[in-house]
Amino acid sequence: MNALLAIAGQEIRDGFRNKWIVAMTLLMAGFALTLTLLGSAPTGTVGANSLLVTVVSLSSLTIFLVPLIALMLSYDAVIGEVERGTLLLLLSYPLARWHAIGGKFLGHLSVLTFATVVGYGSAGAVLLIQGTETETGNWFAFGAVIGSSVLLGAAFLAIGYLISTVVKERATAAGIAVSVWLLFVLIYDMALLGLLVADGGNGIGPTLFNALLLANPTDAYRLFNLAGFEGVATFTGTIGLTANAEFSPLVLLGVQFGWIVVPLGLATWLFQRKEI
Amino acid sequence: MTDRATEQPNLELIKAVKRYDGLQVLHDISFSVSPGQVVALVGHNGAGKTTIMKLLLGLIRPTEGTVRVLGHDPAGSNAAEARLGMGFLPETVSFPVNMTGREIMNFYARLKRQGRKANDDLLEMVGLADAANRRVKTYSKGMRQRLGLAQALIGSPRVLLLDEPTTGLDPTLRRSFYDTIMSLKDDGVTVLLASHALSELETRVDRVAIMSNGHLMADGSMAELRQRASLPARIRLTTGDGSAAMAAERLQGAVIRHVNGRTVEFDCPSEDKMELVRRVTDLGVTIEDIEIELPNLDRIYELYQQAELPS
Repeated sequence: MNALLAIAGQEIRDGFRNKWIVAMTLLMAGFALTLTLLGSAPTGTVGANSLLVTVVSLSSLTIFLVPLIALMLSYDAVIGEVERGTLLLLLSYPLARWHAIGGKFLGHLSVLTFATVVGYGSAGAVLLIQGTETETGNWFAFGAVIGSSVLLGAAFLAIGYLISTVVKERATAAGIAVSVWLLFVLIYDMALLGLLVADGGNGIGPTLFNALLLANPTDAYRLFNLAGFEGVATFTGTIGLTANAEFSPLVLLGVQFGWIVVPLGLATWLFQRKEI
Repeated sequence: MTDRATEQPNLELIKAVKRYDGLQVLHDISFSVSPGQVVALVGHNGAGKTTIMKLLLGLIRPTEGTVRVLGHDPAGSNAAEARLGMGFLPETVSFPVNMTGREIMNFYARLKRQGRKANDDLLEMVGLADAANRRVKTYSKGMRQRLGLAQALIGSPRVLLLDEPTTGLDPTLRRSFYDTIMSLKDDGVTVLLASHALSELETRVDRVAIMSNGHLMADGSMAELRQRASLPARIRLTTGDGSAAMAAERLQGAVIRHVNGRTVEFDCPSEDKMELVRRVTDLGVTIEDIEIELPNLDRIYELYQQAELPS
């Protein structure tokens, strides 16, 4: 356990030293503030609740940005250390292999959590300072965006670890990570839509469609945030329509956890057997 | 045989075989090192030295055979216990460049369940006390190597595995490195050194194990290896003006390698060298100098590299 925390601590410290954390936090804060400040322009001050608009904007931003950051952090985690020779040294120490991979994951997750909470939190802080009046429930939705963004990040970290454990070269890991990002973030929904159109509503029933939505962590995230909260759903337009009634937030959270536990578990299992 | 040799060895490989996807990298290696022994593992690149280190560290498992370190199977369930008593310096050592030397030592000390107190002494010992608070980014190759050595010594290990430990060290640091090794040896530490620096090894190690293409070609003390190799001693005579050719002519029985105006170089069987020296003085030519070179590790190594592999 001590080894696990030591490795996590080392990873966090390194994140601060090499300015990764600073860069990511600034990036996320920059985007979040831009969306918050510009996002309130079209809605004006009449009627629309600027906090809820921010929630919708931030969740759209997260779907693109967070998986990318998580994959960039993680694709290198195992194979990079193998190639630099640092893993050989680390594993010569009295620790179990899952300590090494678990500790690094914990460290990377802390880095990502810090960047998300501080970056997005700054947008919330600006709204607070502006004196935005809103119901408590809406702040709950805002908190849920931050929390679920961290979960989404964790899922892609786990996927990145799996990639990093499987490959034999660092460049391969980078290539696969980019493909995974493209697939889950850009191509998947389009392909799903195309499939629906081509199918003409004959073969793919609602059950299969819903299952296909859950098979993508970003869709689970989208459903959780955009359809999960009543106030938010009114602002999301057509996105909120899908499967609105089908899944409870609990199921969606469960799916997100599954997307963390399964790839990470698989990565750990493979890592235990890996010959360094 | 010393008493120590009868003790349980700290490192042991018994008929170890390692195959990767059908490619055999180690052939039936049996090899052990007792407490207080310093053993050099020499061989060309890819001979299997690093594979042996990895087996001893439990990073890979033998395809066949047994590996034991400090009485444990290093890849078994008590592996962590065995590794607690081991120190390792990898061939290419690298550290997170944004950490300071001291931070890195603290990190590894924590992994080895040691306090931080001894770290200062270790950094001092490898000559990094002044650089301890600088980031590794600013370190030279030799300094990184020394930091690698310092981390291997954390927690006074009973077994040290050092892969190319003296690369990047200047002659002074090399000497102090070997001084350190000798004092560890006196404390009963087992040291296994993989190295290419043959000339600096031969006077400092108890045994040399020569590897080639995954086979253990020879394993013994320098004297034993010399005897087994039965390589000739090489003798160089410097004669008075112009009499080298004459000396060469009169040196019957010796294999003349080189004659050049004033010098004659010839080989003779090591055990006959005194007899030959006696004859040299009776040659009737002026001898100004005589150099006798016993077969060194370089030559023994060469011999075993060229030797037929056991099938």
